[in-house]
Amino acid sequence: MKIVVAIKQVLERDAPVRIAPSGKWIDESDVQWAMNEPDAYALEEALLLKEQAGGEVIVVSAGPERVGSTIREALAKGADRAIHILCDDLNGRDALGAASLLAAAIKPENPDLVLTGLQSEDVGLGQTGVIVAELLGLPHATMILHVEKTDSGLKVKRELEEGWFQSIELPTPAVLTVQSGGNKLRYATLMGIKRAKTKELRTVSAAELGAEGAPSVVLEQIAAPKKQKSTQILSGSAKEAAAALVEKLKTEARVL
Amino acid sequence: MSVLLVLEESGGKIKRASWEALAAAQRLGPAESITAVVIGAQTAALAAEAAAKPLGKVVRLEHPLLAQYTADGFSLALEQLIGTEKPAYVVFPHTYQIRDYAPALACRMGQALIGDVVGIDDGPVFTRQLMQGRLIGSYRHAGSGPCFVSVQAGAFRPDANVAGPDLPADAGSAPITTFTPAIEPAQIRSKPGEPFRGSEQTVDLGSAQRIVSVGRGIKEAQNLPLVRELATALGAELAASRPICDNGWLPMERQVGSSGQTVAPRLYLAVGISGAIQHLVGMKGSQCIVAINKDPDAPIFEVADYGIVGDLFEVVPALTEAVKAAKQ
Repeated sequence: MKIVVAIKQVLERDAPVRIAPSGKWIDESDVQWAMNEPDAYALEEALLLKEQAGGEVIVVSAGPERVGSTIREALAKGADRAIHILCDDLNGRDALGAASLLAAAIKPENPDLVLTGLQSEDVGLGQTGVIVAELLGLPHATMILHVEKTDSGLKVKRELEEGWFQSIELPTPAVLTVQSGGNKLRYATLMGIKRAKTKELRTVSAAELGAEGAPSVVLEQIAAPKKQKSTQILSGSAKEAAAALVEKLKTEARVL
Repeated sequence: MSVLLVLEESGGKIKRASWEALAAAQRLGPAESITAVVIGAQTAALAAEAAAKPLGKVVRLEHPLLAQYTADGFSLALEQLIGTEKPAYVVFPHTYQIRDYAPALACRMGQALIGDVVGIDDGPVFTRQLMQGRLIGSYRHAGSGPCFVSVQAGAFRPDANVAGPDLPADAGSAPITTFTPAIEPAQIRSKPGEPFRGSEQTVDLGSAQRIVSVGRGIKEAQNLPLVRELATALGAELAASRPICDNGWLPMERQVGSSGQTVAPRLYLAVGISGAIQHLVGMKGSQCIVAINKDPDAPIFEVADYGIVGDLFEVVPALTEAVKAAKQ
């Protein structure tokens, strides 16, 4: 099976978030980057499928120069080759604009399966995979925890709300968005990191893909969220704060 | 400005999230401009339920191939209805089902969905969370064509807006029409199975009076006894955010959030949980929320009544001792 995995580089989870002077995006200086976690689960599913049934795993990622480090990580984990869509305006694109880039890069590969995480940890729109499917004219399923190859296509386990699940059968080629937690994530081995340096990493510009177009949705401004409640912060040493909290829970909130 | 409101049902009743979406739709246009849509193979009862609300009209989008949800079926049907109704806005509740097809439907019309909206201000400007709730973004629709919006659970109050004193006089009798889309069986490419429960539920967090919930901050499975001791001292159930269950450190049935259980205990104590929206929707109805986190900007503090900013590995043992001492 030929599998394409679309991955995104996002801000590292614990990185402090500062708003850029423009007020339209975050200040990206001195920030650590990481692979979007749901995409890491999509990659894991692709690598497992390849190990079971053979084939090829191709990673696609859009973004500026820095995205190369996340692509190398995917190659070190076991992807065979990669396509880097070089673009500096990913944050200015709406979900359709970002997915158009990916779809244009994926189309000539004619994959049997396209996988991506169910959403990104930065903008969190959760739409990319579904739109890529629509643009490629392929069937899709979302929030997938397990993929099984069948004679006629795929049988997948989809997560529903509140602890419910559902099996879905669909023909290939298809697009799936992967929910986290279906598998255990692997680490790159030293050998894998070494090998990654020799693997094909092709760079293509957004302009070459021809996926341009005015966005239909514009992010005008970002800001710190407003507080919904006024939180009483209990300060002091751990012991003092703990004692103060117990007192509050007993006498004020009356929940102890 | 006309608004098309897509209602979602569960077990033959319209979901509460759909009425929250109605409250959001009311920010975009007056009641008479709102057309509510119920989708399925047999929608008479759903349409009657919807018609009792302050709405312009109700459309039954009905076809035998819509008996069970499929992304292909629902997208095709709504695409045809939107082509006829030509609404300025299409509003959905932000459910798993909507997330499965609304982006594709919007794409067909050259649009991008503004998903998971928590606020609508004049403009309209739509606000939604970014960076796991650390930031809030303001979005505007640009260009022509319908504006697609999905509304986060719990962000709009249906009771205040739908059943308030300012109901129009004709509320309760919205006219109902039926729209039959053209769908061929071959156009539906996936075969969905019946929903099933993951595993036997042995823990009912929903009825727990006190919950101690643990998140990524605990770092390793071997540190879990720390929070377990606190839960025992408090007489609380132990719960977790998704990553802890994803790692297999606690069973999935102890997960609180949109993909796990929804809880509303008297006391919810969140340890090392940053407070991503998927977690908050599962616990923000708790009576008293306490957060312990090293990051003072963690979104969990936005919903917490009490907070301790500090290292949980110091604070939690101290708290366990303080709780034990208070009981003596």
